[in-house]
Amino acid sequence: MTAESFTLVDGDHVSAVPASVIEALVAAGDRPLAIDRDEGVAYLGETALVRATRLASLEAPDFSLPDLDGRVHSLSRYRGQKVLLVAYASW
Amino acid sequence: MWQALHEELRDFGFTVITVALDKSADDARPWIEAARPSHPSLIDTGHVVADLFNIVNVPTILWIDERSRIVRPNDVAFGTDTFKHITGLASAKSLAAVRAWVRGEAAAFTAEEIRALQSLPTADDQQARAEFALGDWLFRHGRAEAAARHFVRAGELAPHDFTIRRGTMPMRGLDPMGPEFRTMLAEWTAAGRPYYRPLPDTRG
Repeated sequence: MTAESFTLVDGDHVSAVPASVIEALVAAGDRPLAIDRDEGVAYLGETALVRATRLASLEAPDFSLPDLDGRVHSLSRYRGQKVLLVAYASW
Repeated sequence: MWQALHEELRDFGFTVITVALDKSADDARPWIEAARPSHPSLIDTGHVVADLFNIVNVPTILWIDERSRIVRPNDVAFGTDTFKHITGLASAKSLAAVRAWVRGEAAAFTAEEIRALQSLPTADDQQARAEFALGDWLFRHGRAEAAARHFVRAGELAPHDFTIRRGTMPMRGLDPMGPEFRTMLAEWTAAGRPYYRPLPDTRG
Protein backbone atom coordinates (compact mmCIF):
# COMPACT_ATOMS: atom_id res chain seq x y z
CA MET A 1 0.00 0.00 0.00
CA THR A 2 1.38 3.38 -0.96
CA ALA A 3 0.21 6.67 0.49
CA GLU A 4 -1.24 9.25 -1.89
CA SER A 5 0.17 12.17 0.02
CA PHE A 6 3.44 12.37 1.90
CA THR A 7 4.98 14.30 4.74
CA LEU A 8 8.31 15.47 3.34
CA VAL A 9 10.93 16.28 5.98
CA ASP A 10 13.89 18.39 4.85
CA GLY A 11 15.92 19.30 7.91
CA ASP A 12 13.65 21.50 10.03
CA HIS A 13 11.28 22.10 7.12
CA VAL A 14 8.23 19.81 7.00
CA SER A 15 5.69 19.97 4.15
CA ALA A 16 2.77 17.94 2.82
CA VAL A 17 3.31 16.89 -0.79
CA PRO A 18 1.50 14.59 -3.26
CA ALA A 19 3.09 11.23 -4.11
CA SER A 20 4.03 12.63 -7.52
CA VAL A 21 6.52 14.99 -5.84
CA ILE A 22 8.20 12.05 -4.11
CA GLU A 23 8.46 10.21 -7.44
CA ALA A 24 9.98 13.34 -9.00
CA LEU A 25 12.56 13.51 -6.20
CA VAL A 26 13.38 9.82 -6.72
CA ALA A 27 13.81 10.41 -10.45
CA ALA A 28 15.99 13.47 -9.87
CA GLY A 29 18.12 11.49 -7.42
CA ASP A 30 20.32 14.41 -6.47
CA ARG A 31 19.93 14.15 -2.69
CA PRO A 32 19.65 11.07 -0.48
CA LEU A 33 15.97 10.35 0.02
CA ALA A 34 14.57 7.86 2.53
CA ILE A 35 10.94 6.90 1.95
CA ASP A 36 8.34 5.02 3.96
CA ARG A 37 5.52 4.41 1.48
CA ASP A 38 3.26 2.76 4.05
CA GLU A 39 3.54 5.62 6.52
CA GLY A 40 3.62 8.32 3.85
CA VAL A 41 6.76 9.99 5.14
CA ALA A 42 9.98 10.85 3.32
CA TYR A 43 13.22 12.44 4.50
CA LEU A 44 15.64 14.40 2.32
CA GLY A 45 19.23 14.14 3.48
CA GLU A 46 22.41 15.90 2.44
CA THR A 47 24.76 14.62 -0.26
CA ALA A 48 28.19 13.13 0.36
CA LEU A 49 29.57 15.81 -2.00
CA VAL A 50 28.29 18.68 0.14
CA ARG A 51 29.44 17.09 3.39
CA ALA A 52 32.83 15.94 2.08
CA THR A 53 33.58 19.28 0.39
CA ARG A 54 32.88 21.14 3.60
CA LEU A 55 34.99 18.79 5.74
CA ALA A 56 37.89 18.86 3.29
CA SER A 57 37.80 22.69 3.37
CA LEU A 58 38.70 22.25 7.07
CA GLU A 59 36.24 25.01 7.96
CA ALA A 60 34.19 23.51 10.80
CA PRO A 61 30.49 23.31 9.92
CA ASP A 62 28.35 25.28 12.37
CA PHE A 63 25.56 23.68 14.40
CA SER A 64 23.08 24.74 17.07
CA LEU A 65 21.93 22.27 19.71
CA PRO A 66 20.15 22.50 23.08
CA ASP A 67 21.58 21.71 26.50
CA LEU A 68 19.62 19.90 29.25
CA ASP A 69 17.77 23.12 30.07
CA GLY A 70 16.76 23.64 26.46
CA ARG A 71 19.19 26.53 25.99
CA VAL A 72 20.56 26.50 22.44
CA HIS A 73 24.33 26.83 21.86
CA SER A 74 26.00 27.38 18.50
CA LEU A 75 29.56 26.38 17.69
CA SER A 76 30.04 29.74 15.93
CA ARG A 77 29.64 31.55 19.25
CA TYR A 78 32.98 30.07 20.33
CA ARG A 79 34.92 31.49 17.39
CA GLY A 80 38.06 33.06 18.85
CA GLN A 81 38.56 30.14 21.25
CA LYS A 82 40.03 26.72 20.78
CA VAL A 83 37.28 24.11 20.96
CA LEU A 84 37.56 20.45 21.87
CA LEU A 85 34.44 18.88 20.40
CA VAL A 86 33.57 15.59 22.12
CA ALA A 87 30.81 13.33 20.77
CA TYR A 88 29.71 10.67 23.24
CA ALA A 89 26.60 8.68 24.13
CA SER A 90 25.08 6.78 27.01
CA TRP A 91 24.92 3.62 24.90
CA MET B 1 37.20 13.92 32.68
CA TRP B 2 36.48 16.55 30.04
CA GLN B 3 35.13 18.90 32.70
CA ALA B 4 38.47 18.88 34.57
CA LEU B 5 40.34 19.56 31.32
CA HIS B 6 37.96 22.42 30.53
CA GLU B 7 38.55 24.02 33.94
CA GLU B 8 42.30 23.49 33.71
CA LEU B 9 42.63 25.17 30.31
CA ARG B 10 39.76 27.67 30.07
CA ASP B 11 42.04 30.65 30.84
CA PHE B 12 44.02 29.84 27.69
CA GLY B 13 40.99 30.69 25.51
CA PHE B 14 39.71 27.14 25.35
CA THR B 15 36.39 25.40 25.79
CA VAL B 16 35.17 21.84 25.74
CA ILE B 17 31.84 21.25 23.98
CA THR B 18 30.32 17.83 24.57
CA VAL B 19 27.53 16.46 22.38
CA ALA B 20 25.45 13.46 23.47
CA LEU B 21 24.25 11.31 20.54
CA ASP B 22 21.36 9.91 22.53
CA LYS B 23 17.70 9.27 21.76
CA SER B 24 16.58 11.71 24.45
CA ALA B 25 17.88 14.30 26.89
CA ASP B 26 16.83 11.94 29.68
CA ASP B 27 19.22 9.24 28.44
CA ALA B 28 22.14 11.69 28.68
CA ARG B 29 20.94 13.40 31.87
CA PRO B 30 22.59 11.08 34.45
CA TRP B 31 25.98 11.45 32.70
CA ILE B 32 25.67 15.24 32.49
CA GLU B 33 24.43 15.64 36.04
CA ALA B 34 27.32 13.51 37.32
CA ALA B 35 29.90 15.53 35.35
CA ARG B 36 28.42 18.90 36.41
CA PRO B 37 29.90 20.59 33.34
CA SER B 38 30.70 24.31 33.20
CA HIS B 39 31.19 23.94 29.42
CA PRO B 40 28.38 23.57 26.86
CA SER B 41 26.98 20.08 27.21
CA LEU B 42 24.60 19.53 24.34
CA ILE B 43 22.00 16.94 23.32
CA ASP B 44 21.87 15.77 19.71
CA THR B 45 18.97 13.34 19.35
CA GLY B 46 18.90 13.79 15.55
CA HIS B 47 22.66 13.11 15.10
CA VAL B 48 23.16 16.52 13.48
CA VAL B 49 26.82 16.61 14.49
CA ALA B 50 27.38 13.02 13.33
CA ASP B 51 26.04 14.02 9.90
CA LEU B 52 28.06 17.27 9.65
CA PHE B 53 31.37 15.76 10.85
CA ASN B 54 30.96 12.16 9.61
CA ILE B 55 31.12 10.77 13.13
CA VAL B 56 30.49 7.01 13.17
CA ASN B 57 31.29 6.01 16.73
CA VAL B 58 31.72 7.38 20.23
CA PRO B 59 33.70 8.76 21.82
CA THR B 60 34.98 10.87 18.92
CA ILE B 61 36.89 14.11 19.45
CA LEU B 62 37.92 16.93 17.08
CA TRP B 63 40.05 20.00 17.60
CA ILE B 64 38.72 23.27 16.19
CA ASP B 65 40.94 26.36 16.37
CA GLU B 66 40.18 30.06 16.97
CA ARG B 67 39.37 30.58 13.28
CA SER B 68 36.85 27.69 13.32
CA ARG B 69 39.27 25.48 11.38
CA ILE B 70 39.43 21.75 11.97
CA VAL B 71 43.05 21.28 13.06
CA ARG B 72 42.77 17.67 14.19
CA PRO B 73 40.05 15.54 12.59
CA ASN B 74 37.89 12.81 14.08
CA ASP B 75 39.86 10.77 16.57
CA VAL B 76 39.08 8.10 19.13
CA ALA B 77 39.85 9.41 22.59
CA PHE B 78 38.63 8.62 26.04
CA GLY B 79 38.45 11.09 28.91
CA THR B 80 39.09 8.28 31.37
CA ASP B 81 40.66 4.83 31.34
CA THR B 82 37.35 3.04 31.99
CA PHE B 83 37.52 1.23 28.61
CA LYS B 84 41.27 0.89 28.34
CA HIS B 85 41.11 -2.86 28.90
CA ILE B 86 38.89 -3.12 25.80
CA THR B 87 40.30 -0.46 23.51
CA GLY B 88 43.94 -0.43 24.53
CA LEU B 89 43.76 3.38 24.44
CA ALA B 90 44.95 5.30 27.48
CA SER B 91 43.39 8.69 28.15
CA ALA B 92 46.63 10.33 29.34
CA LYS B 93 48.20 10.67 25.90
CA SER B 94 45.22 12.35 24.28
CA LEU B 95 44.80 14.70 27.26
CA ALA B 96 48.48 15.63 27.09
CA ALA B 97 48.14 16.32 23.37
CA VAL B 98 45.17 18.65 23.98
CA ARG B 99 47.12 20.51 26.68
CA ALA B 100 50.11 21.02 24.39
CA TRP B 101 47.86 22.30 21.60
CA VAL B 102 45.95 24.72 23.83
CA ARG B 103 49.16 26.10 25.36
CA GLY B 104 50.67 26.52 21.91
CA GLU B 105 53.45 24.03 22.64
CA ALA B 106 52.70 21.57 19.85
CA ALA B 107 53.50 21.74 16.15
CA ALA B 108 50.21 21.75 14.25
CA PHE B 109 49.34 19.33 11.48
CA THR B 110 49.50 20.95 8.04
CA ALA B 111 46.26 21.20 6.03
CA GLU B 112 47.54 18.40 3.82
CA GLU B 113 48.24 16.18 6.82
CA ILE B 114 44.79 16.88 8.27
CA ARG B 115 43.08 15.98 4.99
CA ALA B 116 45.10 12.75 4.82
CA LEU B 117 43.79 11.85 8.29
CA GLN B 118 40.15 12.63 7.50
CA SER B 119 37.52 10.05 6.56
CA LEU B 120 34.95 11.61 4.24
CA PRO B 121 31.39 10.30 3.89
CA THR B 122 30.29 8.21 0.90
CA ALA B 123 26.92 8.25 -0.86
CA ASP B 124 25.95 5.12 1.13
CA ASP B 125 26.89 6.85 4.40
CA GLN B 126 24.61 9.77 3.51
CA GLN B 127 21.77 7.50 2.40
CA ALA B 128 22.19 5.68 5.74
CA ARG B 129 21.90 9.02 7.57
CA ALA B 130 18.71 9.85 5.64
CA GLU B 131 17.28 6.42 6.60
CA PHE B 132 18.30 7.06 10.21
CA ALA B 133 16.66 10.51 10.17
CA LEU B 134 13.45 9.09 8.70
CA GLY B 135 13.44 6.37 11.37
CA ASP B 136 14.07 8.99 14.04
CA TRP B 137 11.14 11.09 12.77
CA LEU B 138 8.85 8.05 12.72
CA PHE B 139 9.98 7.01 16.22
CA ARG B 140 9.20 10.48 17.57
CA HIS B 141 5.76 10.31 15.98
CA GLY B 142 4.84 7.07 17.72
CA ARG B 143 5.58 4.71 14.83
CA ALA B 144 8.36 2.64 16.36
CA GLU B 145 7.76 -0.41 14.18
CA ALA B 146 8.11 1.56 10.94
CA ALA B 147 11.10 3.40 12.45
CA ALA B 148 12.91 0.12 13.12
CA ARG B 149 12.77 -0.83 9.40
CA HIS B 150 14.68 2.32 8.50
CA PHE B 151 17.18 1.94 11.33
CA VAL B 152 17.95 -1.58 10.09
CA ARG B 153 18.25 -0.35 6.48
CA ALA B 154 20.58 2.45 7.64
CA GLY B 155 22.78 -0.13 9.39
CA GLU B 156 22.94 -2.26 6.22
CA LEU B 157 24.10 0.77 4.23
CA ALA B 158 26.71 1.79 6.82
CA PRO B 159 27.66 -1.38 8.74
CA HIS B 160 30.64 0.41 10.36
CA ASP B 161 28.45 3.15 11.85
CA PHE B 162 27.96 2.52 15.58
CA THR B 163 25.98 5.75 16.00
CA ILE B 164 23.37 4.14 13.74
CA ARG B 165 23.62 0.44 14.51
CA ARG B 166 24.26 0.65 18.24
CA GLY B 167 22.78 4.08 18.84
CA THR B 168 19.34 2.99 17.55
CA MET B 169 19.21 -0.18 19.66
CA PRO B 170 17.38 1.62 22.50
CA MET B 171 14.74 2.71 19.93
CA ARG B 172 14.38 -0.86 18.66
CA GLY B 173 13.86 -2.41 22.09
CA LEU B 174 17.37 -3.87 22.06
CA ASP B 175 20.02 -3.68 24.76
CA PRO B 176 23.04 -1.71 23.41
CA MET B 177 25.26 -3.90 25.62
CA GLY B 178 23.38 -7.11 24.72
CA PRO B 179 23.83 -10.01 22.26
CA GLU B 180 22.96 -7.93 19.17
CA PHE B 181 25.75 -5.54 20.04
CA ARG B 182 28.23 -8.34 20.65
CA THR B 183 27.32 -9.87 17.26
CA MET B 184 27.78 -6.49 15.61
CA LEU B 185 31.14 -5.98 17.30
CA ALA B 186 32.35 -9.44 16.23
CA GLU B 187 31.34 -8.77 12.58
CA TRP B 188 33.03 -5.41 12.61
CA THR B 189 36.21 -6.81 14.13
CA ALA B 190 36.24 -9.64 11.57
CA ALA B 191 35.88 -7.04 8.80
CA GLY B 192 39.11 -5.38 9.95
CA ARG B 193 37.51 -2.69 12.11
CA PRO B 194 36.60 -0.30 9.26
CA TYR B 195 36.75 3.42 10.07
CA TYR B 196 38.52 2.79 13.38
CA ARG B 197 41.68 4.82 13.18
CA PRO B 198 43.17 6.43 16.27
CA LEU B 199 45.35 9.28 14.99
CA PRO B 200 49.04 9.71 15.74
CA ASP B 201 49.57 11.66 18.98
CA THR B 202 51.68 14.33 17.38
CA ARG B 203 52.79 15.05 13.86
CA GLY B 204 55.72 13.22 12.33
